Amino acid sequence: MSRASRPAEDPIWLRAGVLIAVALFMGVMIALPLATVFLTALAKGLEPVIAAIAAPDALAAVRLTLLTAAIAVPVNLVFGVCASWAVAKHDFAGKSLLVSLIDLPFSVSPVVAGLIYVLVFGLQGWLGPSLEAHDIHIIFAAPGIVLATIFVTFPFVARELIPLMEAQGTDAEEAAVSLGASGLATFFRVTAPNVRWGLVYGVLLCNARAMGEFGAVSVVSGRIRGVTTTLPLHVEILYNEYNFVGAFAVAGLLCLLALATLAAKAVLDLAWPEGRAHVG
Amino acid sequence: MGQATTGRVWIWRRRTAVPGFGATFGVTVSLLSLVVLIPLAAVALRGAALSPDAFVRAAFSARALASYRLSVGAAAFAALINGVFGLATAWALVRYTFPGRALLNAFVDLPFALPTAVAGISLAVLYGPQGWLGAPLERLGLPVANTPAGVTVALTFIGLPFVVRTVEPVLRDLALELEEAAATLGASRLQTLLRVIAPALAPAWLTGFALAFARGLGEYGSVIFIAGNMPYRSEIAPLLITIELEQFDYASASAIALVMLAISFVMLAVINTGQSWMRRSAQG
Repeated sequence: MSRASRPAEDPIWLRAGVLIAVALFMGVMIALPLATVFLTALAKGLEPVIAAIAAPDALAAVRLTLLTAAIAVPVNLVFGVCASWAVAKHDFAGKSLLVSLIDLPFSVSPVVAGLIYVLVFGLQGWLGPSLEAHDIHIIFAAPGIVLATIFVTFPFVARELIPLMEAQGTDAEEAAVSLGASGLATFFRVTAPNVRWGLVYGVLLCNARAMGEFGAVSVVSGRIRGVTTTLPLHVEILYNEYNFVGAFAVAGLLCLLALATLAAKAVLDLAWPEGRAHVG
Repeated sequence: MGQATTGRVWIWRRRTAVPGFGATFGVTVSLLSLVVLIPLAAVALRGAALSPDAFVRAAFSARALASYRLSVGAAAFAALINGVFGLATAWALVRYTFPGRALLNAFVDLPFALPTAVAGISLAVLYGPQGWLGAPLERLGLPVANTPAGVTVALTFIGLPFVVRTVEPVLRDLALELEEAAATLGASRLQTLLRVIAPALAPAWLTGFALAFARGLGEYGSVIFIAGNMPYRSEIAPLLITIELEQFDYASASAIALVMLAISFVMLAVINTGQSWMRRSAQG
């Protein structure tokens, strides 16, 4: 049999059909929405775009978004490393339950994620009255936004690290410990170098979600302009005021963040092809 | 092996020489409880505090029922669309070489990286009455914005990466030799597809479908701009929760949230059962 047409190779019509369907689907679902953002933003030239991004409310939103990510990402990094060390390097009863619970925030609606913090810290909530008595504000303030963001990004780092660490086993760690290395030294010198790209990966996705979260944050924010509005909430406010150029200018900024994340991910994939374990 | 002899005895843990279990397990469980489990318990308690009558009135009002139907229906339909096109995309990425393959691979993940509000306003304009796609579709008598179709479009965008990224690795590991063997034994291409490839891909496909469905069920940001949010028609369940919250009706909001949590847990349980059944029948 000639090797030119291997029996497992698809006929040309199937090949063409699949590629055309994929191209149409991706064009409609990905390329056109992306083009819409930038073209709507630039509809009246570059000046109104710069004005919208440099507006005091927008800059305040940038600051709050950066602050939120600066707290939520490290918290999830520490959690993810601890969780994956406990789960992947040890055997204990109830392990699969723990893993399911770590994944739980992925199956909870972002709106419910916001709701639960309102129920705990809101004025009618469990702790609301006593917090109010001490003049501590969590809901309709930055701490609530940070908490809601930590909730929705909770599984990101752990999910990347657990399968990687499990695949690498415990032989290297056991050898390091028997040679006298401390627990921390074992992690930083032996384990971390093996999982560093997975770590970068998880942090990258966690950061994108932290900066872009909308549903959970919108429930706890109260939308006090320039005070409790993150960038995605600022986009919503501008859009609802029919300030389309402004809304899409700020949206364009968030789009660039997303594209930078994808670019970094593509570079990681090239540098480390066998890398990713599974879907975020 | 010092750890094994001097370390504390955990009856429920198999001892290893790897240290740090107590500390990392402690941090994990504490953070998980503080951030996830205790606040989630608040919803259950708040919903349970309602009398059965009041719970039914809040959670199963005609308006709430319409919103569950829309959320479940649109999420399932969107996951199905992604099931078809996601499979085709994974197939193209693994089996074919073509110009733009790396670009396609990168852009599959855009819905993970793009903030949902940005996707929401962009889809609302694109499919709106003056949009590039909305205007021609409306002339054809197929309005998308402010209809359940708009909700489905937004949920299709949000769920796009799931099926691709779950099917892709399985397809990559599937040995081409297996298909060639089937062909040399006289199987037609269609038989090979149905009897060799499909059973191998089914569990991963189902996982992707379930993840896309679960994500769509709770999705909020990308939907509310394109949906028009008309009660009984294009109002999704998560939006109803925010409406109750704005009226400070925490109990009703909790009741609706509990129904939504129940739907996603039942769905995940069904999918898990389906997967283990498929694995067993694939092996047997």
